Amino acid sequence: MIVRIMGEGQLDLASADLTALNKLDDQVEAAIEAGDEARFRAALHDLLDNVRQMGRPLPADSLEPSELILPPADSAMDEVRRMLGDEGLIPD
Amino acid sequence: MSVMKRMSMIFKSKANRALDRMEDPRETLDYSYQRQLEMLQKVRRGVADVATSRKRLELQIQQLEQQQNKLTDQGKKALQVGREDLAREALTRRAALDAQLADLRTQYQNLQGEEEKLTLASQRLQAKVDAFRTRKETIKATYTAAEAQTKINEAFSGISEEMGDVGLAIQRAEEKTETMKARAGAIDELLASGALEDFSGPRDDIQAELDRLGSTTGVDLELERMKAELGQAPTPKQLDAGSPTAQPQQAPQQQAAPRDGSWPQQPGGAQ
Repeated sequence: MIVRIMGEGQLDLASADLTALNKLDDQVEAAIEAGDEARFRAALHDLLDNVRQMGRPLPADSLEPSELILPPADSAMDEVRRMLGDEGLIPD
Repeated sequence: MSVMKRMSMIFKSKANRALDRMEDPRETLDYSYQRQLEMLQKVRRGVADVATSRKRLELQIQQLEQQQNKLTDQGKKALQVGREDLAREALTRRAALDAQLADLRTQYQNLQGEEEKLTLASQRLQAKVDAFRTRKETIKATYTAAEAQTKINEAFSGISEEMGDVGLAIQRAEEKTETMKARAGAIDELLASGALEDFSGPRDDIQAELDRLGSTTGVDLELERMKAELGQAPTPKQLDAGSPTAQPQQAPQQQAAPRDGSWPQQPGGAQ
């Protein structure tokens, strides 16, 4: 399963690792819903660290699309909120 | 699969919208390739922009560091000749610079990080664009238009995801460098207006006062020596042990010195 960390590139993860990632992902979402910036950052960094640890980087010339996409490590909560709101934050 | 899933949906829908706009699949290939080359140009410009801002900051940091050192030296000299008021003034000015410098150094590190990220992004995109070009030629040579569609979609969704990612990275870097440029501009203005130069440039009031003191100290020392030769009692005023044995320079200005610690209105009479 291919995961992209925006601004860093793509990694290949075993599907078995998904359970752990899902838990962390839920925490990111919960923090966004609660509007808690500090919690959001901690949860996002947890999630990204785990992906980096478990994943194997894809070669740069791979043209595979990713199954999952994660926001950049230095994103603010508002920025991610806008990305999810599909307000055209990601350029066409 | 909340955040991760939703993010990837957004990318996919963007890729699909772009594909839907195309009539002939082969046209899609060429058009997309053009867009990729444009994006490569853009990301390279982005790297160059960030590098320019970084170098500008580097220069400012160096200038401010020079002034910081100068003020430290002036503070020491002032103390050596027993002028605590001058030393205090020099250190007060230095404290303002210290804060400015700490801020600039932090920004410098941010820019460095940004530059690194964009450089890597540009390399990743380049590799994908090259791979896409190869794939594009294969598809064109091997498949009929009908068969090509699936292959094109496959190649296209991967590269368009990369393009979206790089595009956002460029935007974020631009926002950061804009903020930096504004601040760097403000500091340039400060440097140009002489608000900072004032006390470290050629018309440096602390230095002028120190020079004047240097020459009078030299005179005082000379007087002490003469008095000693003539067997007169030394004046009670004691100089610091480490006082500079300043040779009476070609005294730049021999105005009467205000001994009450007041500042000369016009630093440096004769240039």
